[in-house]
Amino acid sequence: MTYRTFEDDRRARRARHAAQPGGAALAVGLGLLLLGGLAARQYAGQQAPRRPADSAPGRTARQRRFGDYAVTGRSVTINRPRQEIYDFWRDFSNLSKFMENIESVHASGEVTRWTISGPMGRAVEVVTRIVSDRPGQEIAWRSTEDSEIDTEGKVMFRDAPGMRGTIVETVIAYRPPMGELGRIVAKLFQDEPGVQARRDLKRLKMLLETGEIATNRNRNDG
Amino acid sequence: MRALTYHGSHDVRVDTVPDPQIVNPRDAIIEVTSTAICGSDLHLYDGVIPGVMSGDILGHEFMGRVVETGPGSTLKKGQRVVVPFTISCGQCFHCKMQQFSACDNSNPAEKQDLTEPLYGHPLSGLFGYSHLTGGYPGGQAEYVRVPFSDVGPIVIPEGMDDDEVLFLSDILPTGWMAAENADITDGDTVAVWGCGPVGLFAVQSARIMGAHQVIAIDHHPHRLELARQMGAKVIDYTQTHVLEALMEMTGGIGPDAVIDAVGMESHGFAPDNVFDTIKQKVGMGADAPHALRMAIMAVRKGGRISMPGVYGGFADKFPLGALMEKGLQLRTGQTHVQRYTKDLLRRIQEGEIDTTFLISHRLPLEEAPRGYANFKENQNEWTKVVLKPGTAAV
Repeated sequence: MTYRTFEDDRRARRARHAAQPGGAALAVGLGLLLLGGLAARQYAGQQAPRRPADSAPGRTARQRRFGDYAVTGRSVTINRPRQEIYDFWRDFSNLSKFMENIESVHASGEVTRWTISGPMGRAVEVVTRIVSDRPGQEIAWRSTEDSEIDTEGKVMFRDAPGMRGTIVETVIAYRPPMGELGRIVAKLFQDEPGVQARRDLKRLKMLLETGEIATNRNRNDG
Repeated sequence: MRALTYHGSHDVRVDTVPDPQIVNPRDAIIEVTSTAICGSDLHLYDGVIPGVMSGDILGHEFMGRVVETGPGSTLKKGQRVVVPFTISCGQCFHCKMQQFSACDNSNPAEKQDLTEPLYGHPLSGLFGYSHLTGGYPGGQAEYVRVPFSDVGPIVIPEGMDDDEVLFLSDILPTGWMAAENADITDGDTVAVWGCGPVGLFAVQSARIMGAHQVIAIDHHPHRLELARQMGAKVIDYTQTHVLEALMEMTGGIGPDAVIDAVGMESHGFAPDNVFDTIKQKVGMGADAPHALRMAIMAVRKGGRISMPGVYGGFADKFPLGALMEKGLQLRTGQTHVQRYTKDLLRRIQEGEIDTTFLISHRLPLEEAPRGYANFKENQNEWTKVVLKPGTAAV
């Protein structure tokens, strides 16, 4: 057999240049593409989506319904041993070192009284009782009848993979004063628990990893 | 103290502001002896970086003498130190992996909210570079508060001049990391866009790392001459068709690696760049990546792109197709300064690296505004401005 050469191809190229594909052919092509697309959608519609359970935490769902409660939560990985972080957290008086809104903490036995600064400088009294305490793993609490805010939450500690330290996960459910409107107002003032949790956990990480909380302040009086 | 402060686009002034104090245990206070104006300071000067507030002290290339230390600092009063522009805690996951510019803990928690929605993750702390990176007061001042002073600053032996070591703070490690990211092996051609300080140090570093040839691209004759002195071949893009020239200078292969040392305010009268610049001026888009586009077009198939140039937002008309279809690798990032300072100091001491050739002007701090204006407007002659606090205005 003989190989086709560049010279041979020249004839074919000339022929192609002579006959440009017409607009009609292009339109037919596009039409077929469109029909194909429609058919594919029809087929997909017949296969009713039976989705497997999602691995993500419920608080990240697009459709969140938790009754009257707003649920928020946040995870952070801290490059320190699990037990050390648990011990630090379990002494609730430490929490005001990194939680901006806590004005004071008084613990007596299982019951703890928190004074929390709410939107527009209003102080809120929250009273909680520990409902679960598994050393090194989990602390859970729930508000008592004396509390101004109906809330429950927990913090979980588990080993992070590799050399990453410990994953600290907080989940807080609360019934916003004045309902959903109250929650939105709080968010506007950056006092919504979700916003607070995000910043507070970062400060906790800074404190435990570096021994201090980063600030751009240039002076102690400024 | 006196400090160079931002008051608006193209309006910087030397003001009297309160002296810094030790605030956190690991802090140190440095009395600045030399501080430079960086090309990236011009992005602030031009007002294209958001989050800069009136009164902010600029400057992230500085060195000086330790005058005060917190209880957690390992520095001693009287030591001379160069301070990396990246603020890094040394203890988070990223610092442990030597990814110092990705430090989790150096940007204050409330400031992290500014960049987390923009980038998916918050930025780390930097000196004097907008509130996106923490709003830390910068080094173009008589004194600076240096957080995590046990991790960043490198102690300089007596007998070495400031001019020899000042650039360990940013541009020398940045040029070095740019060359490292180009992953140079024997026989490689490396093309460098931009002969500013970082581009010139990238040229120098690529030569040390064994590049067969380095080709530098710019339009300022003096800067091209400096690149030539560093051992580069040069292309003036106003005189030469860059893509054609690069193909011809590599036997039709294209450069094995390209370095974009230009960043978000690219020059050049090409249609894409004119459009980008207009958008930047009216606030519709942050980045004008003309040089990067060209670099991606020029690099050979399967080649590497190193991008030390600063970008802040989104790019239009990015040649994503060329990136994928040519099988390219793109490596970038703020410099992990602390990873390189010790090795580079040794190379300076041994005479392998010289940084003093770059300095064109030395000014008292009081004349910093003039330094900014000229560094921007007369780029050909004003290659690098070093400010000396404590010297009298002329």
